[in-house]
Amino acid sequence: MEIKVVKDIMGANDQIAQKNRQLFDKNKVFVVNVMASPGAGKTSLILETIKRLKGKVKVGVVEGDISSSLDAEAISKEDVPVVQINTGGECHLDASMTASALDNLPLADIELLLIENVGNLVCPAEFRIGEDMRILIASTPEGDDKPFKYPLMFHEADAVLINKIDLLPYLKFDVDAFSKAIKGINQKAKIFPLSCTTGDGIDKWVDWLRGQAKG
Amino acid sequence: MHELSITQSMLDLVLEQAKNAGAKEVGKINLVLGEMTGVVDRAVQFYFDFLSKGTPAEGATLSFKVIPTTARCRNCAQDFKLGEFDWTCPHCKGNNIEIVGGKELFVESIEVD
Repeated sequence: MEIKVVKDIMGANDQIAQKNRQLFDKNKVFVVNVMASPGAGKTSLILETIKRLKGKVKVGVVEGDISSSLDAEAISKEDVPVVQINTGGECHLDASMTASALDNLPLADIELLLIENVGNLVCPAEFRIGEDMRILIASTPEGDDKPFKYPLMFHEADAVLINKIDLLPYLKFDVDAFSKAIKGINQKAKIFPLSCTTGDGIDKWVDWLRGQAKG
Repeated sequence: MHELSITQSMLDLVLEQAKNAGAKEVGKINLVLGEMTGVVDRAVQFYFDFLSKGTPAEGATLSFKVIPTTARCRNCAQDFKLGEFDWTCPHCKGNNIEIVGGKELFVESIEVD
């Protein structure tokens, strides 16, 4: 006997993501899923963002890594609530892992929650976690061909942050060609060239983020 | 590597459907996989073989229908398969496209006894 199913395999995850979303909405928390390859600058970007929002927006952070609490320790020096999730081998955060971290965060005292996903340009794109916005950090040493190699990730991003632009004089990275490739597959994506080392472009990103969070 | 959790979700869904139908055994699972998802059929099969052990789906055949990444041009409305390093429309050379196929990831049907 054949049974018609036609059900999305990600349905179970999406249901939990929806519950996370309800919890965020109830507490008026704007949630950003920060995705990138390892070493692109996710933690640095989060640190720079926190510094510029200090005293203006109450920020909280979830750090997702396969192992270690190095990133959470770096963030906690900024005196913001932070929870580390160790996925224990899983290459992405999913909705239920995210839900387990929320129990340990004072959500009522957080206006902006930055969730750092596991460094990976493939798997995190499949898993919704209840976020309002997905951002992708692409750093210049990774090369300007990445939108073609990881189309789903670039297709899903609300904003693409091009990090390490201070290294452009030493690299063959064509910012215009890269931006054009992104726009080819994702017209809505905002693109922010910046450097977490020199601080160039960070204010522009943070101003935009604040505007989005208020809206 | 996302195939492990994706295969577990797929198996949970299949077992629930089989149980609802009062089936004792699942013989075949028909899956639809979009190319863009990066989900690899061989990896799904590998994880399925051990995750399904001892369940009514043990030994079931997995059938994969792979959907190519397909784009639609917003200028001339033609569909085309997305090239590897070229995302311009082959018909009008436009650079404004939307993805209309390749993101699928679902169980189409199961065959049970």
